[in-house]
Amino acid sequence: MSALLEAQALSVRINGKALLDSVSLAVEAGESVALVGPNGAGKATLLRALSGEIAASGGAIRLKGRALHTYRPRALALHRAMLSQSVSVSFPFTVAEVVRMGAADMRSTAVDAQVDAALSEVDLSGFQNRIINTLSGGEQLRAHFARVLVQLACGEVLHGPGLLLLDEPTASLDLRHQLDLLAAIRRRAEQGSTIVTVVHDLNLAVLLARRVIVLGRGRIEADGPPQHSITDDVLERVFGVARAVDRFPQPGLPFVLPHGARRTAQAG
Amino acid sequence: MTGTAVSTSAQARRRAAAADVWLFPGLLLLLILAAIVAAGIGAAGIPLSRLPAALGLATSASDPVLLARDQLVLWSIRLPRIAMAGTIGALLAAGGTIMQGLFRNPLADPALVGVSSGGALAAAATIVIGDRLLSGIALPFEMLPAAAFIGALATTLLLHAIATTSGRTSVAVFLLAGLAISALAGAALGLLVFIADDRQLRDITFWMLGSLGGATWNKAAVLTPFLLALLVLIPAIARGLDLMVLGEAEAFHMGVEVERLKRLSIVLVSAMTGAAVSFAGVIGFVGIVVPHLLRLAIGPGHRRLLPASACAGAILLLLADTAARTLAAPAEVPIGVLTALVGAPFFLVLLLRQRGLVGL
Repeated sequence: MSALLEAQALSVRINGKALLDSVSLAVEAGESVALVGPNGAGKATLLRALSGEIAASGGAIRLKGRALHTYRPRALALHRAMLSQSVSVSFPFTVAEVVRMGAADMRSTAVDAQVDAALSEVDLSGFQNRIINTLSGGEQLRAHFARVLVQLACGEVLHGPGLLLLDEPTASLDLRHQLDLLAAIRRRAEQGSTIVTVVHDLNLAVLLARRVIVLGRGRIEADGPPQHSITDDVLERVFGVARAVDRFPQPGLPFVLPHGARRTAQAG
Repeated sequence: MTGTAVSTSAQARRRAAAADVWLFPGLLLLLILAAIVAAGIGAAGIPLSRLPAALGLATSASDPVLLARDQLVLWSIRLPRIAMAGTIGALLAAGGTIMQGLFRNPLADPALVGVSSGGALAAAATIVIGDRLLSGIALPFEMLPAAAFIGALATTLLLHAIATTSGRTSVAVFLLAGLAISALAGAALGLLVFIADDRQLRDITFWMLGSLGGATWNKAAVLTPFLLALLVLIPAIARGLDLMVLGEAEAFHMGVEVERLKRLSIVLVSAMTGAAVSFAGVIGFVGIVVPHLLRLAIGPGHRRLLPASACAGAILLLLADTAARTLAAPAEVPIGVLTALVGAPFFLVLLLRQRGLVGL
């Protein structure tokens, strides 16, 4: 059991509806995993369960060898950080204040350097004193990503490499900042952090991670290197898209350019 | 490159810390000035020159009869009233601040969403029904704050249950439900007015309009523990309330025990509102106006906002009460009417500016 994060036969039912059905996965320390799947496949649910935000109805999750539900929220926050999909700030906090919220001790002077490093990493260095609500959607998302990076860094100072969970972090970013963000994620993995990222765009998923998990209707449909998990067969079965996978010319990675929906694809 | 970046964040924080040095001494100075104004002005005026002697801070060369009158007015009427106005202003403003943080909504105010009405209803029910059940036995005056607390707590819990589905509190549902609860409490109060006798009627009217007229040292003493509880609990809830602005899920991800924070805050707001309502009736808008202006001035971080709100709320209510008892002297304008006259237009302006957030 050397995996940093481990889920065994994980099931989540909400209001009698099975959102996750017996999902098992193990993620090693320092591994970066992309999680893909069609709308309603349970990607966000899986991420929220792995973060401890929602309780499992069945099965078990272990983080660093310890059952997830035995962590108190404050302790858990030092081992894993999570970026949710849409975060809105209801009061006029500045960008620096929001990013600083990632640190457990917000008043510590040691956090200054981490806040500035994270802001420069997401290309928001001059934005410290801007009110976060006045930023564009993509800029706000980058600020929240910086906040999560500060949280991860603060926890790692105390407890060593931690877990980073990201729910569609590239959704509202322009092309250049998408690539910046992928690079930041890769750097964290190289430094030993474990990362699970929900990615909407299959091609970004392929660029991001050496392991792609495909989720369909609450079950894992494929799990492995992109060459094995992103195939015509899987895409047809899970996404209902035919003849979609091409190859990047050089590294031999799959490249998805759909030619059209499968005729028998289910509605919705 | 990194060197300059480090200095910007550290500089911003140092600037904020430098502003902090002046913030609380400045607010306390204003509070003292407001108290001096309130002590001197009134139906029986005490000029500034006679104030030190009446307070016992200086020996008086003036007429001993005048001194005795000054002392009587000051110690048995003005000072208890100042103490109560200051404490209640602090409780109302800080209560509004906590509620707004908890519901992520700058328009939440215990008086506006019926929490005060719930407290007032419970207090009024205690007067009318308590009188019937225990005819002849005088109720201990601490009964009313206890009843008002329970009424305020029940209302807050009901409101929370209605406005929250799967961990998310809808701002629009919250305000509308608060409106409905206010109306319901108003109707129940009307029913109590209908069955009340003349003496009970006077007491109930007092709750509905709000007044600090019945101030005594005993009442001020009963309010003090609520203010102390607030001050003691600020460090325990400040970071949590800051993180709650990102939403309950995000707050949890960053290590906040969300349910514990919500329970603590709801009980605290209910207790503070209940205590204030039980002695002064429903005084609205202090809890909206004060935190809003302070957020513009010192930012929304609760570690500074909460104590500053308490201070500024005390100043505002002291000044409002002084105005209430001098504008139509010797009669008193009910202070709840006065704060509503000033606060309601302010709320409307705020609502228009927040329209996007409320989603109406």
